[in-house]
Amino acid sequence: MRELIYLTIILPLAGFLINGIFGSRIKNEKVIGIIGSGVIGISFLIALGAFFETLSLPAEQRQIIVTLFNWLNVGGLNVSFAYQVDQLSLVMALIVTGVGFVIHVYSIGYMHGDKGFWRFFAYLNLFIFAMMNLILADNFVLLFLGWEGVGLCSYLLIGFWYDRKFEKSTTSDAAKKAFIVNRIGDFGFLLGMFLIFLTFGSLNFNEVFSKASTFSVPASVYGFITLFLFIGATGKSAQIPLYVWLPDAMAGPTPVSALIHAATMVTAGVYMVARCSVLFASAPQIMIVVAIIGLMTAFFAATIGIVQNDIKKVLAYSTISQLGYMFLAMGVGAFSAGIFHVMTHAFFKALLFLGAGSVIHAMHEEQDIQRYGGLKKYMPHTAITFLIAALAISGIPPLSGFFSKDEILWYSFANGSFILWLVGVITALMTAFYMFRLYFLTFEGKERFGHDKHPHESPKVMTIPLNILAILSVIGGFIGIPEVFSGEHGNQFHNWLAPIFKDADRKLLHFGLHSHFEEILLMVISVIGAAASILLARYIYLKKPEIASRTATRFKGFYNLLWNKYYVDEIYDAVIVNPIVTVSRNVLWKIADNKIIDGTVNGVAKLVDLLSSIIRKVQTGVAQLYALVMVLGIAAALLWIILSF
Amino acid sequence: MTITIEYYLVLSAFMFLVGVAGVLTRRNAIVVFMCIELMLNSANLTMIAFASFLGSSVGQLFVFFVMTVAAAEAAVGLAIIIAIFRNKLTVNIDEINILKW
Repeated sequence: MRELIYLTIILPLAGFLINGIFGSRIKNEKVIGIIGSGVIGISFLIALGAFFETLSLPAEQRQIIVTLFNWLNVGGLNVSFAYQVDQLSLVMALIVTGVGFVIHVYSIGYMHGDKGFWRFFAYLNLFIFAMMNLILADNFVLLFLGWEGVGLCSYLLIGFWYDRKFEKSTTSDAAKKAFIVNRIGDFGFLLGMFLIFLTFGSLNFNEVFSKASTFSVPASVYGFITLFLFIGATGKSAQIPLYVWLPDAMAGPTPVSALIHAATMVTAGVYMVARCSVLFASAPQIMIVVAIIGLMTAFFAATIGIVQNDIKKVLAYSTISQLGYMFLAMGVGAFSAGIFHVMTHAFFKALLFLGAGSVIHAMHEEQDIQRYGGLKKYMPHTAITFLIAALAISGIPPLSGFFSKDEILWYSFANGSFILWLVGVITALMTAFYMFRLYFLTFEGKERFGHDKHPHESPKVMTIPLNILAILSVIGGFIGIPEVFSGEHGNQFHNWLAPIFKDADRKLLHFGLHSHFEEILLMVISVIGAAASILLARYIYLKKPEIASRTATRFKGFYNLLWNKYYVDEIYDAVIVNPIVTVSRNVLWKIADNKIIDGTVNGVAKLVDLLSSIIRKVQTGVAQLYALVMVLGIAAALLWIILSF
Repeated sequence: MTITIEYYLVLSAFMFLVGVAGVLTRRNAIVVFMCIELMLNSANLTMIAFASFLGSSVGQLFVFFVMTVAAAEAAVGLAIIIAIFRNKLTVNIDEINILKW
């Protein structure tokens, strides 16, 4: 099965081509949906087969490389279309195809009746194709192909409803924003790639990493390489300062948000950092930067999430926040914990988004949670699955989010510092609070929507995916039960990924052993805190709704700061966007373009015109004049010949 | 007084220059044609003079060619001039500027 891994890349591409070329002629939504979802489903089965085959092999035989063909062979650069099947890429492949498949099936229901139905499925397939390239690549160039591919697909999908309005502008603007912000990150990633090639003479993962773990390269080189790579990751994975595109990505259809946030694009940065763990482990100072950026992102995004009223916006900030946790994990050297959180997060965040989509679907595109309320009665499936996801993300045991989040918090305490842990826990409490604020305002309490709305449960094609994801959100954490509870076998997930990260682990300085008692104590603290946050949210938003508005008016300045997302977009506009626009308009357009470029082009034309107006006088049409010129010419030539004798 | 080759060459050069001047200055196409004939004949004269001077018949041979070509050219040229006259009702070269773009 492992040798067939390339099918998981070719099948989505085939789905994209079939639906993209013939979709408008097929017209039948069922056929299009089955093709679109089917190719992902088969890919998932292949990935699953590859996983079990790998599982049955001894650890040292678990990595293979499937080479399709040689791509580039220029100078010292040799790049193949080669796919690496190992523990890390298999985990990612299972997440992408598994969660991706569920989202595809859900989309059949969600996008029902949309005039771009076939286009939507073609784009989704292309998205999966790009992401599979990204995670299975065995070299940086192929990874970059997928990296750019998901960027393109996010652009296409965020702007899918290109003719609709979105907030102050249009969905196309949101799509452009996502694309451009990602370009900035990609620039960093490219620089990192160039530096890697310069340092190691190769862009192949195995070569680079084996050299990196033996070679003695100056620490500053590692520092720059990882810094550039991390800039790339901040763009793709929406970290400070490049996170601004993600909330705007809500402009796309909800399944797109689920796909971007849970299974594909934003996890790319985390995956890349994990894949390059050896390089990052060689640059401890950048590891600290990664941890701090991650934690700051987690914290600030959570504070913004508390006050947002758009159901999808809350989830978007929650994603940014959770991604921050993943980078915190990377920064403290807990790579497998980070990947573990990628996985569990994929389950419950996809579930949250699809649940939100189900609600939006039922409420006829209404997205303001202040106009929901009491929806549990009308849509029990959605409500229960949403509740499960909210519990999971809040870190309530034994749901999946608990295991992965607490593992990160534990590592940030053990390998990092008390401060990292403390801020992490506070962020977790805020997460629990705003998730339940969302839940209570949407599904419980009084109905606050108008009589023109008739909420109803979504069709089976949408609720079954919700149920599948709910089951995964519940049991997903059990494969990573921490050592404290599972005894001598240790953390299974950790053991599975250990060979990938062993070189990095060897390089990292781990602090002294901490007792199991401490670990359990920290867990208890965060669980109690999360439970208290949930109860607080219940108290504020169900029992005493006036508290919320009173607090908001009391701390108006602070509330406005959060409501306006720390004015980051405005700052970007003022500091970067507007100056660029002004300079472009006044200097580049009026001077560089109009004067210099147009001037040069028109000047050449004018010069030719001037010369020809002189020469034109010679061309009179009088044959005798031509003859005269000829005679004079001959005379001159003769004279010259005679004089030169 | 013996007539040396220089006399022939000077006469030929004079005739040629008269021809050139005529081609460049005259307006009537037929006169221009006659001037061209004059230039051709001056060349013929030169060739015959050299043939006699060098005791070779090659020059005389060339004269026949030149005369043949000139006759053919005159026939074609006159036909063209007649055709132009039918269209333009003039044979003045300075009024015929259809070569001008």
